Amino acid sequence: MNEAKRLVELIPRLRRYARALVGDRATADDLVQDTLERAWAKLHLYRRGTDLRAWLFTVMHNVHVNRVRASRVTDTLEDEMPELAQRAPQGDALLVRDLDRAIGKLPAEQRAVLLLVTLEEMSYEEVARTLGIPIGTVMSRLSRARDKLRGMMQGQSTAAKLKVVK
Amino acid sequence: MSDQTVSEADLQAYADGKLPEERRAAVAAWLAAHPEDAERIEAYRQLAAELRNSYDGVLDEPVPERLERAIRSGRVRYAAMVAGWVGLGVLLGAIAGWQLHGAHPATLAPNADAADTMAHRAVVAHATYSPEVRHPVEVGADQEAHLVAWLSKRLGTQLRAPKLDAVGYSLVGGRLLPGENGPVAHFMYQCNRGTRVTLYVRADMGTNRSIAFRYAREGTVGVFYWVDSKLGYAVSSADISKEDLLSVANAAYQQLNPP
Repeated sequence: MNEAKRLVELIPRLRRYARALVGDRATADDLVQDTLERAWAKLHLYRRGTDLRAWLFTVMHNVHVNRVRASRVTDTLEDEMPELAQRAPQGDALLVRDLDRAIGKLPAEQRAVLLLVTLEEMSYEEVARTLGIPIGTVMSRLSRARDKLRGMMQGQSTAAKLKVVK
Repeated sequence: MSDQTVSEADLQAYADGKLPEERRAAVAAWLAAHPEDAERIEAYRQLAAELRNSYDGVLDEPVPERLERAIRSGRVRYAAMVAGWVGLGVLLGAIAGWQLHGAHPATLAPNADAADTMAHRAVVAHATYSPEVRHPVEVGADQEAHLVAWLSKRLGTQLRAPKLDAVGYSLVGGRLLPGENGPVAHFMYQCNRGTRVTLYVRADMGTNRSIAFRYAREGTVGVFYWVDSKLGYAVSSADISKEDLLSVANAAYQQLNPP
């Protein structure tokens, strides 16, 4: 089946987005697995000829929202724990770790918009369709996400620059 | 260049390289005159580049086997569900197996949801209109285009009257019905022996969920129904076997929910 092949081809992109969205690798892959199972079971609802990638990211968004809702109790407990316990480092560079942690601190709805625009390089219209929100909301969330992220990174960049640059 | 005002959305689009060509010069000029914004947009660009740098590596990681397996296991699950239609139908039929003209509607399934409620209404509509000799429909099949356009307009979504000739049923026509929360479309089909099948369509299921095929039976009326986000469908008939009704419902399903 054609769609099955295309779903497989899109797995790396789902994983990239999921990794940035939830932080650690195992949780991200769990999210991808749930998404694929659900997408496969719901494939009869996908309209052939429309954008399978956007549809798949919509499925992932819904799965993620449901998972977050289901684990809300756990989350409040984890709030007491150090940040690193929730978002494991991605690589060696201090900058990457800081960026990853900063993204983790963004409100979920802003994070989703920023990542779809930046990583998936979706058009604003595609992001609006994927998340089921008006395009004006996409723009305002994007703006706020970047503003916050910049503020957080500025606070950290002095230290990072001393080590990374020059 | 005609519009000199630059919005925050323009600036974001500029940072993303998504600004239409004809706006770029205006925004660049504006940024040249507003160094603080220029610095901010440059920081956004750098953040985007760093983000891609941080995560693009994931694209080249080998995909864990369990993820590719998720699609295959999903396939098994889906196939099992299809195979389970009949069994599920018996179960649901038993749960919701109260008589249409019976005395105790209180035995409605405890887990009855919007779809079950819709199926019940579809059964009532079928039982009401299919025996009609003179007025089975409001608009006949000779005005099919008008019928579909009218019902689509009233339900606020583009509807289709599936072609069921391949399974022996041709369109008689349709009508508008009052549903739980708003208008409902009702299409009637008939085979050459006079047996009628009705298709009940709701466009206000108010749920993002999708529900695969279910079967229920009330009195003599059998009904297959399913939900595709806001659209709910129910195919009802009396006095034909469940297998025959399934083939009709399947034909409708294939056309209304192309894979």
